[in-house]
This record gives sequence, structure tokens and C-alpha cells, in this order.
Amino acid sequence: MMRFMLLFSRQGKLRLQKWYLAMSDKERKKMVRELMQVVLARKPKMCSFLEWRDLKVVYKRYASLYFCCAIEGQDNELITLELIHRYVELLDKYFGSVCELDIIFNFEKAYFILDEFLMGGDVQDTSKKSVLKAIEQADLLQEEDESPRSVLEEMGLA
Amino acid sequence: MPAVSKGDGMRGLAVFISDIRNCKSKEAEIKRINKELANIRSKFKGDKALDGYSKKKYVCKLLFIFLLGHDIDFGHMEAVNLLSSNKYTEKQIGYLFISVLVNSTSELIRLINNGVKNDLTSRNPTFMCLALHCIANVGSREMGEAFAADIPRILVAGDSMDSVKQSAALCLLRLYKASPDLVPMGEWTARVVHLLNDQHMGVVTAAVSLITCLCKKNPEDFKTCVSLAVSRLSRIVSSASTDLQDYTYYFVPAPWLSVKLLRLLQCYAPPEDAAVKGRLVECLETVLNKAQEPPKSKKVQHSNAKNAVLFETISLIIHYDSEPNLLVRACNQLGQFLQHRETNLRYLALESMCTLASSEFSHEAVKTHIDTVINALKTERDVSVRQRAADLLYAMCDRSNAKQIVSEMLRYLETADYAIREEIVLKVAILAEKYAVDYSWYVDTILNLIRIAGDYVSEEVWYRVLQIVTNRDDVQGYAAKTVFEALQAPACHENMVKVGGYILGEFGNLIAGDPRSSPPVQFSLLHSKFHLCSVATRALLLSTYIKFINLFPETKATIQAVLRAGSQLRNADVELQQRAVEYLTLSSIASTDVLATVLEEMPPFPERESSILAKLKRKKGPGAASTLDDGRREPGPGGDVNGGVEPAPSTGSTPSPSADLLGLRAAPPPAAPPAPPSAGSLLVDVFSDSPTGGPPSLGPSPEEAFLSPAAEDPGIPIPEADELLHKFVCKNSGVLFENALLQIGVKSEFRQNLGRMYLFYGNKTSVQFQNFCPTVTHPGDLQSQLVVQTKRVPGQVDGGAQVQQVLNIECLRDFLTPPLLTVRFRYGGAPQALTLKLPVTINKFFQPTEMAAQAFFQRWKQLSLPQQEAQKIFQANHPMDSEVTKAKLLGFGSALLDNVDPNPENYVGAGIVQTKALQVGCLLRLEPNAQAQMYRLTLRTSKESVSRHLCELLAEQF
Repeated sequence: MMRFMLLFSRQGKLRLQKWYLAMSDKERKKMVRELMQVVLARKPKMCSFLEWRDLKVVYKRYASLYFCCAIEGQDNELITLELIHRYVELLDKYFGSVCELDIIFNFEKAYFILDEFLMGGDVQDTSKKSVLKAIEQADLLQEEDESPRSVLEEMGLA
Repeated sequence: MPAVSKGDGMRGLAVFISDIRNCKSKEAEIKRINKELANIRSKFKGDKALDGYSKKKYVCKLLFIFLLGHDIDFGHMEAVNLLSSNKYTEKQIGYLFISVLVNSTSELIRLINNGVKNDLTSRNPTFMCLALHCIANVGSREMGEAFAADIPRILVAGDSMDSVKQSAALCLLRLYKASPDLVPMGEWTARVVHLLNDQHMGVVTAAVSLITCLCKKNPEDFKTCVSLAVSRLSRIVSSASTDLQDYTYYFVPAPWLSVKLLRLLQCYAPPEDAAVKGRLVECLETVLNKAQEPPKSKKVQHSNAKNAVLFETISLIIHYDSEPNLLVRACNQLGQFLQHRETNLRYLALESMCTLASSEFSHEAVKTHIDTVINALKTERDVSVRQRAADLLYAMCDRSNAKQIVSEMLRYLETADYAIREEIVLKVAILAEKYAVDYSWYVDTILNLIRIAGDYVSEEVWYRVLQIVTNRDDVQGYAAKTVFEALQAPACHENMVKVGGYILGEFGNLIAGDPRSSPPVQFSLLHSKFHLCSVATRALLLSTYIKFINLFPETKATIQAVLRAGSQLRNADVELQQRAVEYLTLSSIASTDVLATVLEEMPPFPERESSILAKLKRKKGPGAASTLDDGRREPGPGGDVNGGVEPAPSTGSTPSPSADLLGLRAAPPPAAPPAPPSAGSLLVDVFSDSPTGGPPSLGPSPEEAFLSPAAEDPGIPIPEADELLHKFVCKNSGVLFENALLQIGVKSEFRQNLGRMYLFYGNKTSVQFQNFCPTVTHPGDLQSQLVVQTKRVPGQVDGGAQVQQVLNIECLRDFLTPPLLTVRFRYGGAPQALTLKLPVTINKFFQPTEMAAQAFFQRWKQLSLPQQEAQKIFQANHPMDSEVTKAKLLGFGSALLDNVDPNPENYVGAGIVQTKALQVGCLLRLEPNAQAQMYRLTLRTSKESVSRHLCELLAEQF
């Protein structure tokens, strides 16, 4: 199973983190720091897999953003690499040519999409259609919920 | 896809994120964040109740701040509120906050549980999925206690939506992994297996992960899934690339599901049913065939997905390890990948081939790729790929290619990355020793290692070369000559000085005849390095000098002058000073004879174990290590001659001054002569070849002298003695024997090579036993292997009474037969006699050793000589319960190592048999086959008899 997934920028800014095993904040931060350093130091044509601590790390860079997964010893590296790609496709489809900024400003959506796709570190559904359908439905619910608000109200002036 | 509502949701959040992004400095960012935190805090605390929207917005801001790497210590209550809201978006944000910020230990869980419970029972599939996600995310025991019973129901309920089923399956998987005891097994499990047939591919995909985990824990109960998985796999593999619609990924049909199914099959042995097996083999062949077909797309996603399935297929073939044809095909396929332009594929091929190398069917096929792999080691630009290449070379090494591989690794070492140098050094050292036919090659290799990568040569490597040279007199002259030459290099590594100093001190005489290496030349060569060396090395050299005085009397004056110099006699380092003073005095006052005795050549090392076993031992814990140190520090006449450098840790006993000057040999068996160096394999204990090694003179003291071998015939053990003995192999207390008259209970404890046993003799009658006399005898060779000292017991045992007897046990060497206990007494005038086997077996002196997977495999491979391995395949005599098996293995004395064996069904253990004379490292592997109700047990130790005996003992237990 996947232990965690990180999205971070070339400058080493963490954009998304998802942990599938309980761990203390301190330990998480240490791991993030360490792993970002390792991955950012690697050159473009290098292999996408590396051994790190007792885990296997699979990563791929899309434009300015690194997608990085830690999996267990017996897990399949190539399928994990494609899992990253499928997630990127889902984001792309949802946001329409996704870029790092979309993920920064809509991090909660990025989480929701990931949750539809993976659960507990395992693939829940690999069909693009069913994942996106689920997200669309949620967005519809959101529309029903929300009555439009005025700008003034939003700024706390009303 | 329309951007339905991105960004429009919470303008305040977007503004805040922009602000942060516009901050010019870290300080400005922190300032802005602190301002926002203060604002949110006041809003949360404020009198005005916040509406759901504001709560949602602030909680999102907190999440964002958290993602920036700041700690968040409030907002949890608001999140719990949101989670209980009826509005979907509020609920969703509440759940998100909890899943990102809450750890399983949090006290909040109880609060959350309420909301989760409501959603789980809401029958609204979207809400149910959110709740299931939350449970899976937190995954704590508390959550498990609250929900583990409900989820199976949701999973198999006829009216559950597919999406809910998917979430329920993975949620259950998470809970089951975290606390299996909480998930009740029941009739749902049978229905779960049939989800493999579900029409909805998403449901199958999610369910397979759950089923795989269940199979690992209860292989017997889920056996039926094998044939279902095979038929599902076969349908996918043979489907056209468009059949599965959205589950086809870049023209590859359902790659995720295929990989998962192949993983599931790796929980089991090959199917026994011929039809199922035939179908499966067909699938595997189809996958291998497809790899040869031209790609359907040029996209890397296509080839990655296709190869993901291919690699998983190869894993399954390797797991079965029974189809030579498939194994060789797999090997050929990987061989093609070794030269692929994709780095990823080269990496994976090297990795996968490592496991193929250990299969007897494919070892030779792997070896044919040696040139490609060597080339990879030289030319790969990525260090992680080079590392894989080095691993593979190590795995494919055998006698036929050892010289080539070792020399390539040495060449690589010159330019290798610092990160992997030490590992390469260890590998070279191990291979050189393991496959050395000619020991001069071995010596050359190790000296080369020191020359090329001296800094990375760890102690055990250079200790080991000294052990081997000391124990093999055919290589000593060569070693002295080579090391002498190596030391002539103007700059040589300190490790070289250490090895050189030690070898010349022992065997310098063998090259002294040559004027180019005459004693004064040897001395001045060594002494020219002296001032550049560390204290430890200088201490070693001082010992070499005193040895020179003995070997070459003509150097005495020069050396005494060196020792006498102020820089030595008054050295600030106490160790150096002490050595200088002691050696100077020794050389001045001792007669030649005494000097010759004190400074005699080192005796062969009794435990000629490889560095792997030395490493094994080092893990034993601080207790053992400190005894070792004490032994070294023991002062005495020359007792510390080479104190700083003994390569072999002594067996832990304090050396007795008379028997053993250097503290290297255990005191008692002085009679055992070293075996002739040519006899037997290096790894076999010295003593085992010595038939003349008489019994040690362990004169028992009068009051303890109960042990009277041969005084009385012990009699023949009762027929059930063996069975009774086997009962105690894995446990230390219980009833050893019982009949109408007598009950014998036993309780014992063992530490290292010592043990204490309490025997309780209970008189079950109402009549007194007279002349009650239990004796312990040592049949056969046991006397020299095991000492059992018994305390006296009273001659009468009253009716209904119990007497206790204490036995002190010391294991001197490994032994095969247990001692016998004979109990004689008179009951109502009639003599009674009874002989049992005392439950003392070699495994009682077995100490567990923890180690990681890599270390285990390294050691496992090192013990690959046929005589080091003992294997048994046998029928299970007891139900195959994994907990019981674990308890037995632990009781046997071995450590249980998790995550070592790729097949989680198997058990892997390690430990050391501790005897006074030697320690034997043992590795074991137990492979249950639930279908056949069989086990395969494999033991590897450095000693043939130990492997065999442990294997026999343990095999009786299952």
C-alpha cells in the first residue's frame, strides 16, 4: 500500500500531503524535509525510483511540480508511476490544463479528487469517468447549498 | 469539464492565499499568518455565533496555514461542527480537516465518531463515502471498535451502491490491517470472495486489495479465491484493448486490477487443480508473449502500464519457482530490458533479476548477462541504478565467475560514489572469502580493498583477513611478503599499517631470509609509519615490536631504545605508556624461554566465523559486549599483548592466565589441538575435526559431585522419552513425566551458554519413597559438550510431598543428544527405575537476533554451501495456526523477522547458538503450505551438524 503522497514545487514548497499511516507531526515534517532534499537533488534523466529508508519512492515531475509517492517493499513501481499520471490527468480534466496555481488556490479540490481515486493507500477506482462523476456530483451539491453572497458581505462589511 | 465552482466558493480564502503569495519575505509571510491566526481565533471565540459558511472558510484557512508547514492547535471543534452539518460542502471540509490534521491518537476521535455514525447510517451514499473515508484515514483502534462490525454489512449488502462498496472494502482493509481482532469474521467473508466476480470493475479493484490482505492472514479460509482470481485475470489478459472501456489505460486492459490479482496469487502456492493451473500458466505466457509484440502506442504510459503487469507476472513466476520454462523466459525478457533506453526499466530489470539469480532454474540464465551488468556498473549515470547492478553481480556470483566479478567490483570501487563504497567493500570481502580457492588471491583482494578504499574497510573486514591468515599456514608467507610490499608505498592507508603490523609481528620471520626484507628492514619500514598513526594503531605496532624482539633477537637493542624513548615511556596516552613500560620490562627481565612462551605465535582462532556472524554477534546487546571488554582488559603477565586488536571476540569468559595468554581461547578445553589447516572447510569449527580432544578436566567439587558417569548404568530411556523431550523443545516448563507413583515437573531458564533447571519430584502415593536418587548421565560424547551439575536431594520423599532439585548446566560445544535423567527409588520395598531424556536441547542456548531484511538476505546467501543448509519438508501434525507457529518459533529461541520474506505467509528467524567454545549463527525459514498441509523448513548455519540437528528438532514441532 502507499504510505504517503507529497506534491511539492521545484523550490521545495510543499503543496499537498496525504498520509495513509498515522505518524506524529514531527516525524512527518522530518520525512518531508529529508525526502524533498533527496528528490530535488536528482537530475532529470535519472530513474524515477529510489530506495529511501525502508520504503520505495516513486516520483515524477510535471512542469514545476513534483509528485512523489512512498510505497512498500512489494509494491509495483511502474503501476505507481502511472497512478501518479492518472491523478494528474484527473486534475487536468477537472481544472482544465491544470497548473501549480490551481492546486495552490484549490487545494481542497485536489484533496477531494485524490480521495475519490485512492483510499487508505490503495486504488479505489481507476476509471477516469467514475472519479470525475463523483466530483461533479459533489460540486452540484455545493451549488445547491450555496446562495450567492455579495462582495460586501464577503469582506465582512455587511 | 466545466469549472463548476472552483474559486468561487470562498473569496476570503483566495484573498488570503494571494496575500501569502505576495509576501516578499519569510518574515512578512509569518506576520501575515500570525495576523490571520489571531483573527480566526477571535472569530472562533467571539460572542457572535459563526454561520456555517464562515466556519468553513476559516477552517480552510487553517488548513492552508498547516500546509505551509505551521502548527495548528485549534479549530478542531469547529471542524467537528462542520462535519455534523447537513450541508454537503461544510461536511466535506470538516472531514478534510480531520483527515489532514487528526492523528489516530487524538482525543477528538470520540467526538468525531458521533458524526461519522450518523453519516454511516444516513443511507445517503455521498455522506456514507465521506464517513468511510474518515474512518479509513484515522484508522485508529477506537474507530475500529466503533465501526468494525458495521462495515462488513455495508460491504455485502445487496442494496449498497457500487461506490459505497468500494469505499467500504478499502475502509475495512485499513481497519483490518490496524486491528485484525476487531473485524469479526463471518458469513460476509464468503461473499467478499465473490466480489471477484462483480460486474463493476471498480468494485473488483477495491475488493481485491481487501481479499489479498484476508488471504495473507487466513490462507486456508480464502483458498477459493485462487480459481476466481485466475479466471478474472484470464478474462482481462485475453480481452481486446477496448473491451474494458474506461478501465483500459492507454490500450492496456485494467492494469491496476491485473497487478492486484497477480499480487493476490502470490499469497498461494501454484494451484493444484490442473485446469486452474493450466489457465493460469496460459495467462502468464500471454503476458510474456505480449511483451514481444510491437507497442500499441508510443506513449510512455502505455509501456509503463504494460510492463507493470509484466513485472508483476515475473514476480509471480519467481514466487512459484517451479516452472523452469517460465523462469528462463522471464530471465530473457529481463535481459532485454537490461539494455532498454528507459532508465526505469533497466533499474527494475536489475532488481528483478537479483531474485531470479537465487532460483536454481534460472541462476545459469542470469549468469549469461554478466557482461551487460558489468557494463551497467561502469556506465550507468544514476547511482541508484549502479547500486542495483552491484547487487545483481553479487547475487549472480559463484565459483565460476567470482574472480571476474570481484575484479570488476574492485575496479568500480576506485570511482564509486561515496554513498555505496562501504557496501561494495563488504560485498567484495564476502565474495573473496566465500569463493577463495587459492588464498593468496583472497589476501591480494583484501589488500587491494584497503589500498583502494581504506576508509571504507570496516573493522570486521580487516579482522577477518587476520583470522584467515592466522589459521592457514599455507598463506602466511605470502601474506607477509605481500603486506611488506604494500607497506613500501609512500602513502599507505592506516588500515594497511594495522594489517601489516599484525602480520609481520606474527609471520615476519617467514620473509626474514630475504635481505630485502631482513628484520631491521621490516622494523624500520613499520616504524617509519608509526608517527603518522592514531593511538590505536600505535598500540598495535608496539605489540608488533615486542613480538619482533622474540622473533628477531638482533632487533632487541633497537626496539628497546624505541620503547625507552621519552615519547613512549612518558606518553600522555595511558595505553601507549603502559605498553611501553610493560614491554620494556618484559624484554629486559624475562628469559628467552619465557619470552618465547609469552610471545608465541597466535593460536588459530577457534571460531573461524565469517564477518557476517561477527556482525550478528555484535547485535547481541550491551551485556555480552561488556564481558568481552572485561576479558580484554584483564591485566596479567602479557595478558594484554595484543589487547587492542584481537580480531575475534572471545566467547565471553574471562581468560584464565595460565591457559591462554591472549584471552582468545576459552579456558577449559586445553587439550584440543588445532586442526591441520588443510582439513575441512574454513567455516567448520576447529574442534570438530579433533578426535583426540579428550574430555575437559572439570573436576567437580566434592559437595557438588553428583555427576558420576559410568558409575551406574543409566538404563534405557522409556519409550515415550523422545516424545516427552519434543514437548519441551519450545517451552521451558511443564510436567516432564507422570505415572501412578511419580510426577516430575520441570522449570528452566537459559542465558547464553548457561542454564539452570529445577526439577520437582512429586510423590503421588501416600507411602514414602526410599533411596530416592535421581542421576544425570551424559551418553557418548556429550561429556565433552555439556556439563550438568546437580545438587543432592534427600534420600526419602514422603507420601504426597515434593522435592526440588537444582541443575546447573553449561554448554561447552554444540551437542546432539540430550543428557539422561535416571530416577531410582524404592517404593514399598520394590526397586523402581526410570530413565528420561532431560529436556536440554541445543536450541536452549539459542539467542534471538534481530536484523533487517537486507542483512538477512546477505547472510543467507553467505551460508549457501550445501552442507550449511538443512531442509525438511514434512506434513503438518497440528492445525496450521499462525499465532501458535509464531509462539513456537519464539520459544525455540529464534527471533522472528517481519518483512523479510517476500511471502508474508512464511516465517523467517535468526539467532545464535551460544556455546562456550564457539557460537554458531543460525538463519531459518519456515514455509507453510496451507493447501497441502505441509511445511518446508530450511536452516542455515555455519556448522553442518547444527543445521541438521536444529532442523530435526524444529520439524517435530509442527
